[in-house]
Amino acid sequence: MKRLLALGAVVLTSAALAWAGADSTPKTGSAAKPVITKAAKGEQCVEDTDYMRRNHMAVLDHHRDKTVIEGIRTKKHSLKECINCHASEKSGSVATAKEDFCVSCHSFAAVKIDCFDCHSTKPQGSVAMHPLNAETAHYRHQLAAQANSKVSAEEMAGVAQ
Amino acid sequence: MSELKSMSENAADSAQPNSPERRRFMGAATAAAAGLTIAPGVMLYSVAHGRSEGQPASSEVRWGMLVDATKCATGCSDCVSACSTENGWTPVAESQHPRQAPQWIRKLELQDPLTQMETNLPMMCQHCADAPCVDVCPTGASFKRADGIVLVNRHTCIGCRYCMMACPYKARSLVHESLNDTQKPDVPRGIGCVESCTLCVQKIDRGDGNTACAEACTAAGHNALLFGDMNDPESEISKRLRVLPTKQVRADLNLNLGVRYHGI
Repeated sequence: MKRLLALGAVVLTSAALAWAGADSTPKTGSAAKPVITKAAKGEQCVEDTDYMRRNHMAVLDHHRDKTVIEGIRTKKHSLKECINCHASEKSGSVATAKEDFCVSCHSFAAVKIDCFDCHSTKPQGSVAMHPLNAETAHYRHQLAAQANSKVSAEEMAGVAQ
Repeated sequence: MSELKSMSENAADSAQPNSPERRRFMGAATAAAAGLTIAPGVMLYSVAHGRSEGQPASSEVRWGMLVDATKCATGCSDCVSACSTENGWTPVAESQHPRQAPQWIRKLELQDPLTQMETNLPMMCQHCADAPCVDVCPTGASFKRADGIVLVNRHTCIGCRYCMMACPYKARSLVHESLNDTQKPDVPRGIGCVESCTLCVQKIDRGDGNTACAEACTAAGHNALLFGDMNDPESEISKRLRVLPTKQVRADLNLNLGVRYHGI
């Protein structure tokens, strides 16, 4: 009985090792790997890439409580700054298109992101890039109203588009 | 200061603990102490106003607002639209579901049924010092920041709406539907969470020292809204509050409001 158990243990360990080995050297042609685009702005992330890959959620969690409860708005670990650097040049966002920075990894790992239920996925000042959205339509009215004689409403609409 | 101390010791020795003399003296001593602390206090306040990014909000400050209803113009809703633009919420008139639409601030027009006198005023979160919404929140999501701003921590809000029930001012609203990435980067808000006026906390933390509604009111030339630090005796709002008769709405509830009204 003892021998049988030992054998079982050996089999299991070797299987686990084999699996780990396979993981470290990914087979080509298996599941599509996430596309990780380089941040549009900036050369180096605020922490090492390896550290960020494993711990970005802890870093963000810690910072969010500091910000919301205490009002500390340092830039280093703020989600807003992540978005400012990592927003895709194509979609202007970190989580709208499939290849966008956050989404590409999270869909590969099958981990749902809740951040963007509330947080904007786009950097500051890009609201005007999406004029077709009904919920932001009132910005356009205001832009047009402010335009007066200097700039026509059409021009402002053009700017917004 | 040492002189003061020895004097107070002497006084304590000579007078009975609760004698009127002692009381009078203590009153004078406190006033003197307050006078002394004004000088370093002023410096402290100025630091707190323009606090750096890494500094937490301080209880040295209590943000508040003075609403002068006598200057609030009929038909003007500049404060409301400025708030919606700053914070990215859809105004009621443009909402597909007006009865569910968020209202961080709204204009009220009141009429005295006997005299027909009309009063205009904006109503929003009153930033109570003893806020009922904070008391009832089962998750601690509704909280008062050190500088007196009552906020909702959306990370812990479960959308139960107890706070909406508890609020005597109907100041809170729930976001019923997904906002589809229309939020402003500075003002996260989203489905299933309760929200209300934040006194433009993003602007305060940036050091603007004013709210969008007060800025709009001043820009429109009405000057009915005055925002400032009620703890700083030298601030404009404190000076005005000292001379102007003001009321707290539902003062009977004894909530010590951060928003005071004149002319109601």
